[in-house]
Amino acid sequence: MSNDYRLYPLGDSGIVVSFGDEINFDIHKRIQQFTQVLEQSLCKGMIEYVPAFTTVTIYYDPWVMSEKGKRNPYTAISTYIEKLLFHQEEKSEAVARQIEIPVCYGGKYGPDLEKVAAFHSLTLEEVIRIHTNGEYLVYMIGFVPGFPYLGGMSEEIATPRKESPRNSIPKGSVGIAGIQTGVYPIETPGGWQLIGRTPLSLFNPEKDSPSLLQAGDRIRFVSISETEYEAQKEVDEDEY
Amino acid sequence: MSIKVIRPGLLTTIQDIGRHGYQKDGMIVSGAMDKVALRIANLLVGNQENRPVIEITLMGPKIEFQQDALIALTGGDLSPTVNDEAVKMWRPLYVKKGSVLQFGVPTLGCRSYLSVSGAFNVPAIMGSTSTSLRARIGGLHGKALQSGDEILTHPPTEIGEVIIKKLLKKQTGRSFQQAFWTIHPKLLPSYETPIIRAMKGAEFDWFIEESQQHFFQQEFDVTPQSDRMGYRLKGKKLVLGEEKELLSSAVTFGTIQVPKEGQPIVLLADHQTTGGYPRIGQVATADFSALAQVSPGKKVSFQAISLDEAQHLYMEQEKKINHIKRALRMKI
Repeated sequence: MSNDYRLYPLGDSGIVVSFGDEINFDIHKRIQQFTQVLEQSLCKGMIEYVPAFTTVTIYYDPWVMSEKGKRNPYTAISTYIEKLLFHQEEKSEAVARQIEIPVCYGGKYGPDLEKVAAFHSLTLEEVIRIHTNGEYLVYMIGFVPGFPYLGGMSEEIATPRKESPRNSIPKGSVGIAGIQTGVYPIETPGGWQLIGRTPLSLFNPEKDSPSLLQAGDRIRFVSISETEYEAQKEVDEDEY
Repeated sequence: MSIKVIRPGLLTTIQDIGRHGYQKDGMIVSGAMDKVALRIANLLVGNQENRPVIEITLMGPKIEFQQDALIALTGGDLSPTVNDEAVKMWRPLYVKKGSVLQFGVPTLGCRSYLSVSGAFNVPAIMGSTSTSLRARIGGLHGKALQSGDEILTHPPTEIGEVIIKKLLKKQTGRSFQQAFWTIHPKLLPSYETPIIRAMKGAEFDWFIEESQQHFFQQEFDVTPQSDRMGYRLKGKKLVLGEEKELLSSAVTFGTIQVPKEGQPIVLLADHQTTGGYPRIGQVATADFSALAQVSPGKKVSFQAISLDEAQHLYMEQEKKINHIKRALRMKI
């Protein structure tokens, strides 16, 4: 494998594999391939890994990694990771999942939809059409449990954050901040413009895979009515 | 079998070593702020190291034992008493049913750990019993303990029973009985020093030379806006050489980030999984306990060490814990 990566420490118990320093699809694909390999090759002493836009960080226990002090732990983990990177090419590409997220736009669920429309001199329907037209890529999950960093929103509806953040944003809220869009999986303070809400649970601690979305997923937003929202919300809560 | 919370104190939560394996899902790790104290609290009552304990912050709770119990208190010294009589830390302590544990003024550190032999009986969620206040899961209903809460406990472990038998041999007619022995202070984390050892962070070079020097020379105030998520520090402003955008990537316990206003934040147990501010430093794992015991209002400073030194200190710490385990086995 070519040297398209750089390794550096995150303290004494973490190592970062960096594949570049800009957000783009090729780097994202590379990270997807690498985490797929990692998933199958977590060695003793590796605790967990966190993919991001251009990096994958691996946490390890230096004591275990050094075989109780016999080797240098950072050298040991670096060597292991380089081996994984080297053998990676043979692995097949991950197939992206397609996920639809139903959203009830505007009204009490999307109190800022009118502001976003007014900001761009668009109608409410036009904003919804643009937001539901795009296909979004989940680059990474972070910030709060299950929160997706999405790429792919149209600049036509990019809107600055609110001047002062709300103290509490309800779970499931769909928002816009600059050219970013995303869904709040849990109740949290935040400054995004809220355009709608989904009845889906994006984070469920009872499940094996607690985050509905994973890095690499492709998602679409689908507009639903308030009645549909209420109905789906009930089903979802029963399940929970 | 249970304990009853009569008064909750400032921030009293159930914690273990943390919720690992789900950071890729954005899940906060949480867990004890002072993990060495957590592990030793468990070992002292014959538990596995990673059983749930109660983390007590600055102003302690008032707790009543609904049955006889073998407990231990470790970490910061918050002047604990049982039935109004001072008790010693870092040793097994047998309390009779109806005994009341309370705390007074913090004399060293700011976080104590209460373990009970057999451990508290709370469900594990995503592999951990740790309370994550922000995600509202773990511990007792994802919340800090409140007045009237009752926490179930498992019966004492086999080793716990042996310790109880030994303690009861020296029965003095008091409502509690504590061991005469304790762990050698050399094997315990030191809470005396506010000098925290840290490695340079990945973006250390982004800061102007003067700020790089300030970072390792000045004393920072730990501001009252500090919590389990992070300590907000205040000192001379740290300045970037040029405005550069950093993409969000993983951050961890001990990561020292510098937001735009130039005042660093040290991330702690409830840290978010990713961050986008330049990382000027990273605290050595071996100093997490000392760091976790610095209370708001106090000062800290950072001393530069290399990765090799930090990993060496980490392994020395693990050796000490192994030493404690061996010593306890012999004692019991």
